Amino acid sequence: MPLDWAYVAVFALVGAVMAVLPLGVVWLLAPRSQYAQKRIPYESGIVPFGEAWSQFHVRYYLFGLAFLLFDIEVIYIYPWAVVLRELGGFALVEMAVFLGVLGVALAYAWKKGALEWA
Amino acid sequence: MVVLAAVVFTFLAVGGPLFLVLAERKISAWIQARVGPKHVGPHGILQTVADTVKLLQKESIVPHRADVVLFTAAPVLVAVAALLDWIVIPFAPGVIVRDLNVGILYFAAVSSLTVIGILTGGWASNNKYSLLGGLRSAAQMVSYELPLGFSLLVVATLTGTLSTVRIVEAQPYPAHFYPSVIVAAVVFLIAATAEANRIPFDLPEAEAELVAGYFSEYTPMRFALFQLGEYGALLASSALFTTLFLGGWKGPFALPGVGPVVDGMVWFLLKTYAVVFFLMWVRWTYPRFRIDQLLNVSWKILLPVSMANLLVAGVLVVLG
Repeated sequence: MPLDWAYVAVFALVGAVMAVLPLGVVWLLAPRSQYAQKRIPYESGIVPFGEAWSQFHVRYYLFGLAFLLFDIEVIYIYPWAVVLRELGGFALVEMAVFLGVLGVALAYAWKKGALEWA
Repeated sequence: MVVLAAVVFTFLAVGGPLFLVLAERKISAWIQARVGPKHVGPHGILQTVADTVKLLQKESIVPHRADVVLFTAAPVLVAVAALLDWIVIPFAPGVIVRDLNVGILYFAAVSSLTVIGILTGGWASNNKYSLLGGLRSAAQMVSYELPLGFSLLVVATLTGTLSTVRIVEAQPYPAHFYPSVIVAAVVFLIAATAEANRIPFDLPEAEAELVAGYFSEYTPMRFALFQLGEYGALLASSALFTTLFLGGWKGPFALPGVGPVVDGMVWFLLKTYAVVFFLMWVRWTYPRFRIDQLLNVSWKILLPVSMANLLVAGVLVVLG
């Protein structure tokens, strides 16, 4: 088991090196001439109007919340999926109840308008 | 040994996307009756190599008042996430980096790291277009992760395992599993297209409205890393689709005169690239959704359907 995750760690490390390597080559090869105008964020050719980091409406936050709830529920279903064959009908009924509650939650969010992009 | 395997697979995972970029340009030109890349090498096959060499010589620019650390880390994270997917993909019998016992759960976990990279990049650029692209991407990718997860769960329920190797060994599925398998496959394909931010779900980029979305401010090599991650993820989800629904390395007949390893790899790559071709075909044929339509498809159609499908799969397993 720990060996499995050693593979994952080595892959992540090698991947990061492979990704940073070309950036290093760019640092060595590419020309550098910086002046203020060059670093202005692109805004269709005009001088940017204010900062991008101002107050704005993060419209996806309701989807974010709903996603968090559902995603955690989904994690609970993984072990069930693997052992369903051994557990048989009773586990299936239990999961039907669990998914039913989840479905009611989805219907409630839908009815409340949490699934509208507004 | 581990390091060697990692280096080899990294080169494959870098070479694959390079080839895909070329394939995309060729296929798009073909579908739209244009010429496409033609002059660099025979039939333009060296075009992406030439592009990469060119990108290596271009200046890196960090926008004014951007968050430099996050700005630099974001493309690296996206590229690494695409690479990590490959650990659990079986190319042929015995040809897999590591057959993790939580295979498909692991795949779902690392492939969702991409959204963090995209959101980080969009935020760190201090550009309004980038920020909007990043936020759209966050809404889209988390929404489609749920139907994708439920499709994986259907496969796990039917096969009783999370290991990708044992899922391939369990195929072909018994005939009475088909209704469930087909619904899961269709949902998976739609959700994977959305996860890869491709048309008809390419709102995070939406070049007609957001310039280039989350990577508007990225100069050549960092932009290339985003592309690498994007095409790497596309290839990886096609490979996972092949593994879960198309029988992985198993072919309709054994190729004469080659061992099981070569045979498996040939069939696996054929199927994977067929899926890739299908996704490219879709991309160059359909227009883009609006964001509210896009979210409706996920939350009001795919999610209820895939929840019901999971129960159907459970009934099939218990009865069957």
